[in-house]
Amino acid sequence: MQKIGVFVCHCGSNIAATVDVKKVAKMALKEPGVCHAEDYPYMCSEAGQSRIAAAIAEKGLTGIVVCSCSPRMHEATFRKAAERCGLNPYMVEIANLREHCSWIHKDMEEATEKAVILMRAAVAKVHLNTPLQAGESAVTKRALVIGGGIAGIQTAIDIADAGYKVDIVEKTPSIGGRMSQLDKTFPTLDCSACILTPKMVEAAAHENITIHTYSEVEKVSGFVGNFTVDIRKKARMVDMTKCTGCGVCQEKCPSRKTANEFNRGLNTRSAIYTPFAQAIPNVPVIDTESCIKFKTGKCGVCAAVCQAGAIDYKQQDEIITETYGAIVVATGFDTIKLDKYGEYAYGQSKDVITSLELERIMNAAGPTKGHLERLSDGKAPKEIVFIQCVGSRCSDDRGKPYCSKICCMYTAKHAMLIRDKYPDVNVTVFYIDVRTPGKNFDEFYRRAVEDYGVNYVKGQVGKVAPQPDGSLLVQGVDLLDNKQILKKADMVVLATAIEPNPDARKIATMLTASIDTNNFLTEAHPKLRPVESPTAGVFLSGVCQGPKDIPETVAQAGAAAVKVIGLLAKDKLKTNPCTAQADELLCNGCSTCANVCPYGAITYEVRLVNDHGIREERRVASVNSALCQGCGACTVACPSGAMDLQGFSNRQIIAEVDAICR
Amino acid sequence: MSKQSELIAEISGVNPLKCMKCGKCSASCPSFNEMDIKPHQFVSYIQRDDIEALTASKSLYKCLSCFACVERCPRGVKPGKLIDAARQLVLRQRGQEYLSPDEVPALLDEETPQQLLMSAFRKYRR
Amino acid sequence: MPVNQNNEEFRPVIVAFCCNWCSYAGADLAGSSRLSYPADVKIIRVPCSCRVNPMFILRAFEKGADGVILCGCHPGDCHYSTGNYYARRRMTLLFSMLDFIGVENGRTRVEWVSAAEGVKFSETMNSFVAKIRSLGKNVRLGDLRCKN
Repeated sequence: MQKIGVFVCHCGSNIAATVDVKKVAKMALKEPGVCHAEDYPYMCSEAGQSRIAAAIAEKGLTGIVVCSCSPRMHEATFRKAAERCGLNPYMVEIANLREHCSWIHKDMEEATEKAVILMRAAVAKVHLNTPLQAGESAVTKRALVIGGGIAGIQTAIDIADAGYKVDIVEKTPSIGGRMSQLDKTFPTLDCSACILTPKMVEAAAHENITIHTYSEVEKVSGFVGNFTVDIRKKARMVDMTKCTGCGVCQEKCPSRKTANEFNRGLNTRSAIYTPFAQAIPNVPVIDTESCIKFKTGKCGVCAAVCQAGAIDYKQQDEIITETYGAIVVATGFDTIKLDKYGEYAYGQSKDVITSLELERIMNAAGPTKGHLERLSDGKAPKEIVFIQCVGSRCSDDRGKPYCSKICCMYTAKHAMLIRDKYPDVNVTVFYIDVRTPGKNFDEFYRRAVEDYGVNYVKGQVGKVAPQPDGSLLVQGVDLLDNKQILKKADMVVLATAIEPNPDARKIATMLTASIDTNNFLTEAHPKLRPVESPTAGVFLSGVCQGPKDIPETVAQAGAAAVKVIGLLAKDKLKTNPCTAQADELLCNGCSTCANVCPYGAITYEVRLVNDHGIREERRVASVNSALCQGCGACTVACPSGAMDLQGFSNRQIIAEVDAICR
Repeated sequence: MSKQSELIAEISGVNPLKCMKCGKCSASCPSFNEMDIKPHQFVSYIQRDDIEALTASKSLYKCLSCFACVERCPRGVKPGKLIDAARQLVLRQRGQEYLSPDEVPALLDEETPQQLLMSAFRKYRR
Repeated sequence: MPVNQNNEEFRPVIVAFCCNWCSYAGADLAGSSRLSYPADVKIIRVPCSCRVNPMFILRAFEKGADGVILCGCHPGDCHYSTGNYYARRRMTLLFSMLDFIGVENGRTRVEWVSAAEGVKFSETMNSFVAKIRSLGKNVRLGDLRCKN
């Protein structure tokens, strides 16, 4: 029989205000095996923990139930406290009286009744707990960063600076990401490329960083400390070791009709290309879908003009396999598609553009060489309308329910830059709210209004109608004046909502990291663990976790790097001892469990078994506890009941069920 | 909330609390200039429980029931349905037909689009 | 005890199995967001929805539970890659068998709740409890031998 101590936490008034903690402690004493019960304002505090220690020493407790907050918060705390007193940490169970009881119920009697039942279930479980020993696994001292935008670059540099090897995997031919597409950055109006390219060069030149561009993560297996990752290096058709980056091939390439992704399709590019001038690596790729050589077999101009002989039409995709101790997701974002927003005439008129397209137009390397002009006729616009919240804060299926966070600021930036460069252009911004929390952000927005005379109108736009004369009729509303506004504009810019990179879900699935309904990766705790995924060893950096501007992204990238460094600095990791175990006497060797195991942790061996005096050789399941992650799929699949999961055994769960249904 | 506001909420199936005052409805409304109470204001009248002012408003009859506001509202508030419900409330109270079906053929215009006819029935029936 | 189906005071016993990675965290989020649901729901933490043996559910009904709900990660989002698919298949089979022997389908449910869906968790529990209340006490599988 176990000697169990029950410790009921008040959590200040968080639990005690709705649960009669004294009663829970009193009722605990009536449970079989409970020889100590007490309540305390803060069980997790130093004083609270020492009360547990005192009780263990005094009463010789063999099992502990802490009735407190969610085990996701403090299970580790109490396990460590128990361990310090010589009790096996897995003899501790938590009854979740806060998140699952006091915070959601108002009626004291009802909540107390439930709290008692939850306590009982935990006590019933502890009766069947057995001491477990955590194993150890080695840590591969190398990190993988998925995504080579500013988030990925910064994370990689920070990890590399600490002395660990980092690989960056980037899908496109160059690192740089969205930030490389931007013209200026708020709130200081630095040129985006001017502050980004030094970082790109630093990453490329760093002895600890390996960059795989034009590559994608194909398969991930393993677990924290020991991930095995297959990376597909797509065939560039250009030998990276030979290419000098002279650019002659791009000049001479006869295929020039492919939409230029980097310029958001506003102009075209050659079939052999580097996305932008400062690309890293400065080695072009051949887009085999547009290349004449690949389509018809006849061309080969690039190979002919390449002095270095770097063109290799026979190159094949290559798969490399690496092992990593930690993985950082930094997959970034894209703007949403606007096909469901017919009222804004995007797609009907070339002069209705997204803000990211405007970035390219304003950029000296962009399709108009930085001149602000209408894409339809090349004329200089005189009247520009900006529309905010296009697809953001939209609870229907057309858009996204969240605020994209960056639009208010970049629109103020655009408006200001246009008024600065072209003072004769009128700029009107239709907004729902202007949201500018951030250092020097509101000042920046006010400057746009006060110093640059940008006309902000509180209200939305209902319709943009292209007119026969090429102008755009904007029908909006001024809610403060209660007037509908009809405005003739030459150009309309849509502050389009951002969404996570379309590959985010695929990558999250590979990593078994959680992802929310909007395809943002979920953090382990919304406040206290914002850069970690709940999946151990997976970290989040940048917009893949939620909308962020550049300063926040860089801050988060650094935070993620610190977490990675903290992990890689360890030589050994404790493994989860809650793994499956097969009872050799019950196992009939049917292989059902091996078939459902997602980790291939179950193998079969022929073993000499002593079954109640009968000694015979049997084929029985054997679980590799280093590979087993403790999901329990095998325990249910097993037809003879031989498989059980330590820490969540059949008997333990049934004991909980019984306690609840009693 | 008063009984009448509740009734409007029930008929329309609309939750006025969802409104974030963006004005997309008013920006989309073709009858905006004809209305004394504008589409984006309907919600606040219901929230303020000022149903009397709303039902006395001529906006009720200026709404074309084109439902552009319903279609475009980003929060699913559907102000068009609110005004529709307010109109029904008035018509129910009045307890008389604004138009009897027999009178309709005589009033028909060859040019009248069917959609308009349908929305007129929705509006004036009872 | 005679059962009054319309009795508002009927307090069902409901067992919710929640996977550690998504639904349990979703329940925590419901808690920290103060999204209430009836106290009739008692949550049991399991590592994954695939850890839930049909025996546990039968046991719950045997011991007098009025409803059992299993919550896991959304399909494709399982922390262990495929666990929820196993759970889905097993429960489909179990629930149709339970229905066959007279435990109405409304008393059993599988729901996918992610760690970010506190609202969905509380809504799910509210609707499930309302359903069980409308179904009244479960008398079908109660085993007299199990009564203390």
